[in-house]
Amino acid sequence: MHPLAERIQAEFPEGFVKAVEWRGDLAVTVARTALHDVALFLHNDPAMDFDYIVHVSSVDWPDDEERFEVVWEFYSIRKRHRIRLKTRTPEADCVVDSLTDIWQGADFMEREVYDMMGIRFRNHPDLRRILMPDDYEEGYPLRKDFPLRGKGWRDTFEFLDEGKG
Amino acid sequence: MKFEDQRTTVYKVDPEHPESPTLPTLRTEELLLNMGPQHPSTHGVLKVVLELEGERLVKSTPVMGFLHRGVEKLAEDGTYHQFIPHTDRLDYVCAMYNNFAYCRAVEKLMSITVPERAEYLRTIVAEVQRIIGHQFWLGTQALDIGAMTVFFYTFRDREILLDWFDELCGARLTTSWYRIGGVERDFTPSLLSKLRAFLDYFPPKIDEYVVFLEKNRIWLARTKGVAVISAEDAVNFGLSGPTLRGSGVDYDLRKYEPYAAYPKCEFSVPVGKNGDTYDRYWIRVQEMYESVKIIRQCLDQMPAEGPVMAQVPSVTLPPKERVFTNLESMIQQFKLFSQGFDAPPGEIYCGTEAHKGELGFYIVSTGGGKPYRLKIRAPSFIHMGAFDFMSRGYMIADAVTIFGTYDIVMGECDR
Repeated sequence: MHPLAERIQAEFPEGFVKAVEWRGDLAVTVARTALHDVALFLHNDPAMDFDYIVHVSSVDWPDDEERFEVVWEFYSIRKRHRIRLKTRTPEADCVVDSLTDIWQGADFMEREVYDMMGIRFRNHPDLRRILMPDDYEEGYPLRKDFPLRGKGWRDTFEFLDEGKG
Repeated sequence: MKFEDQRTTVYKVDPEHPESPTLPTLRTEELLLNMGPQHPSTHGVLKVVLELEGERLVKSTPVMGFLHRGVEKLAEDGTYHQFIPHTDRLDYVCAMYNNFAYCRAVEKLMSITVPERAEYLRTIVAEVQRIIGHQFWLGTQALDIGAMTVFFYTFRDREILLDWFDELCGARLTTSWYRIGGVERDFTPSLLSKLRAFLDYFPPKIDEYVVFLEKNRIWLARTKGVAVISAEDAVNFGLSGPTLRGSGVDYDLRKYEPYAAYPKCEFSVPVGKNGDTYDRYWIRVQEMYESVKIIRQCLDQMPAEGPVMAQVPSVTLPPKERVFTNLESMIQQFKLFSQGFDAPPGEIYCGTEAHKGELGFYIVSTGGGKPYRLKIRAPSFIHMGAFDFMSRGYMIADAVTIFGTYDIVMGECDR
């Protein structure tokens, strides 16, 4: 296993779920409850030193029990290493801890994840939609059960010349 | 006379000092101002709600998404090859670099090695695109701030490069010239000689741009000390590209995680000191000189002959001339575009140093011809996250400077 993953496993034996290394990318999955502690450790520990946030993303796995996967990617400018931190959350209780208190840049990125996938972030300072309109009520467009063509609201418009042709 | 309207300032004479009127009833309130979505300096459709105290910005809330087209959702419905033209429409000023970043990500997913000549061609075109991006930025930023002349000079030279793109791939802006595993076609001798001529022509022109700005008092007053962000905050916000390097952080993926022909070229990464708009301007100007240097080295080192597309028939496209004459190649092309190639299950992130910053693609594959999830890490979007932080306390007119200092393009920001 990758030394960074071993270190995380040693520090958080209960929160650690698995580590995957593929194509040179290290992805560590942790339990939802341990997420914030692990993130704080990644940011503050001198050997980790992940000071740079790359992106926050989410993946929808509709068939899984824990449906949503939230993905953070971090980089260390001084140590020049990269890590992907992942956690899973079920649809019924779709909340994960926000990391905005550690990386301020996570603010907009997490808002985007909320907007697109409907995952809520606990302790986020301003959790609103960001790309979709504020009054958008048709759900979360990047979920797999959201149709590519949209939900057909355009078909419900009334037109003035309806019935003539 | 009594003023009922409180908005009117009432000057009362202080009875003890009748000679000096004071302003005891001057009423102040915060003003909410909508800037955009249609404002020439927002470079697209961006709205910002500004809370003002006098002329100072207290808080600014970006309202985005006017150009949201659901590109990430569309990606899930098409094959990997079909997504390349979509990337043109992200940062529509610099389509080539978007193509490049996306193709690199897919090549990492498929672990394809690109032939040497193609790597050089890719680097050359990417650096030409970087020059175009910086020219565009310099012209529009100066125009927004009030220095109009330099705009005409940068756009004159940008035109030469856009015509060069036109000759290269048939399009000036939405290029789609990069392919997974290589590039669409090789340079012609005419393109090479034109590029060499441009390299001799261009560096004195950069000096010319600088002359217009370096001694322009308005330019200096409006860029020096404006939109300052410390190195620590800039890193914490995830800023990248010249916006981050202006604060003195030497973070450039071309050096940190070298790709294409960059490791074979010698170039320096200019880094600022003060983290203000002026330093970022200086970095971008220096990067234009560096790009010229990189292109020149690539032209000299490039192998004279060689394939420009990797030979992985299950993934990469056959040469176009063979598609029209050879049945197998036609079937290969048809299958790749209709079904796509079978990607292994897994996930990758691949970041590329575009001229705005780190443009990354996070691709999740579950096998099959389409990406299961494709996330675009767009530098403009992430830079907008720091807008409120960077604009606090500045004058309202500086909001324009701060949009510009990110080199923001809404097509990429809203996706």
